[in-house]
Amino acid sequence: MEGFIALYIFMLAAFTGFEVISKVPVILHTPLMSGTNFVHGIVLVGAMVALGHAEGALEQSIGFIAVFLAAGNAVGGYVVTERMLEMFTGRKGGK
Amino acid sequence: MDASLLIQSTYLVAAALFIIGLKRMSSPLTARGGIVWAGIGMLLATLVTFLEPNLNNIGLMITAIVLSSVLAWVSGKRVAMTDMPQMIALYNGMGGGAAAAIAAIELVKGTNLTLTVEILALLGAFIGTIAFSGSLIAFAKLQGIIRKALRFPGLSWINLALFLGTVAVGVQIIISPETCICLLALFFGMALLLGALVTAPIGGADMPVVISLFNALTGLAVGFEGYVLGNPAMMIAGTVVGASGTMLTMLMAKAMNRSISNVLFSSFGESGDAGDNEGPSGSMKAVEASDAAITLTYAEKVIIIPGYGLAVAQAQHKLWELAELLEDRGVSVKFAIHPVAGRMPGHMNVLLAEAGVPYEKIADLDEINSEFDSTNVALVIGANDVVNPAARSNKSSPIYGMPILDADKADNVIVIKRGQGTGFSGIENELFFADNTRLCYGDGQKVVAELIAGVKAL
Repeated sequence: MEGFIALYIFMLAAFTGFEVISKVPVILHTPLMSGTNFVHGIVLVGAMVALGHAEGALEQSIGFIAVFLAAGNAVGGYVVTERMLEMFTGRKGGK
Repeated sequence: MDASLLIQSTYLVAAALFIIGLKRMSSPLTARGGIVWAGIGMLLATLVTFLEPNLNNIGLMITAIVLSSVLAWVSGKRVAMTDMPQMIALYNGMGGGAAAAIAAIELVKGTNLTLTVEILALLGAFIGTIAFSGSLIAFAKLQGIIRKALRFPGLSWINLALFLGTVAVGVQIIISPETCICLLALFFGMALLLGALVTAPIGGADMPVVISLFNALTGLAVGFEGYVLGNPAMMIAGTVVGASGTMLTMLMAKAMNRSISNVLFSSFGESGDAGDNEGPSGSMKAVEASDAAITLTYAEKVIIIPGYGLAVAQAQHKLWELAELLEDRGVSVKFAIHPVAGRMPGHMNVLLAEAGVPYEKIADLDEINSEFDSTNVALVIGANDVVNPAARSNKSSPIYGMPILDADKADNVIVIKRGQGTGFSGIENELFFADNTRLCYGDGQKVVAELIAGVKAL
């Protein structure tokens, strides 16, 4: 990828990140931290590509570890975030 | 259709879904939907990645995904609300480890990496590895697997040496044309050790800041590895998390009146000893739950201040039952939540939400502090540092300057506490020795149950 395009992506994404978090009420900080934790679970697609192109036992085992860890990040992150957020809406709906 | 076009456009959609999801998660009304949006993005991105051309080891890949997903799903569903912080730390550490492992594969392959790619791969590997080992230590500490803070003189020097050593090995890897595996192993080993040693001396009170910091670091590492793999979805999602995580970390550190470097490079307990030379005067005065129940019932206005002890005792449901009971008797009850009460900002809000406490009963520090003057009883349950008046008055105290809840300004203060010891930070609390303070010793849930029984008996 061309260097400057990458820099633009990094810059715009960073601004987006700052913007998203600056308006969050304290009440949502823990769920939001968990939500951002889930979002970097996207590392799973990278891990899959890396394992998919791995050759030899060493690369394959590292790739297996990468996919295993990344899938745990994504799935675990989703489950705990959803459980936390469910309590917010469940009560709102009940009222 | 061209597979790569489909893959690229799905990644684009996924990146958009992540940002929309995070945006929706920042408001209580849409938060639940937010995680679903982001989840759909993740699912689409994962599925479409199987279409990537020339993908081998599919069997291994599916095994790893299924195995890990089942374990994470079960552990995530089972974990108690009170143990959420360490689970976040654990899953975060796994993400950091994955980013580091991706870098490891690319570096082991080592074929035609451009200079920029190699530097970013190493940076991501370094950051990801630190987030990995650091998060695991944080998990172990919060889970109670590691109980003691590891501290010894010269630790900062060892850390500095490790840091410089890792950088030096990294530079060596970049400049040598043929990279030896042993050099890579040394690089990752030193980074692993550094992450663990940096986290080991940090006290429980500072853990939320540290976990949040590691969360941001993992995001950055994922972003860098995204560049290495030429994957814009990883670059965008990783960088967004890196930026928002940094912001969140700064907000948390600010609420605790600590700078991030202060959290990382000085240990809470050590400075606490130095500030403790005077010690509070007076004595701690105990009270029976039945007497405390009378004080509560005949109050007009009660403010409840929950802390980490509430989470440990799992007393949130009982506490709300008590509050409802008091309201039936005409007492006005509010909950006051300090920004860093518990182990994460918002930790207490989540617990109280679980128990069914309505939003309008829960107040922030800024809203509630002026009300303590007109409050009859401040009920402190499992909180310590966030109500310590030393933060206002004692310049030598390590928490001096931290905004606190002015519980001491209420007519009476009732503190539910497990024992006479100091809190996690190890600082004595003058509030517990004040004339208008009574301490109710015991497990939070048991004491609150006794209070409920006491109020009912009246």
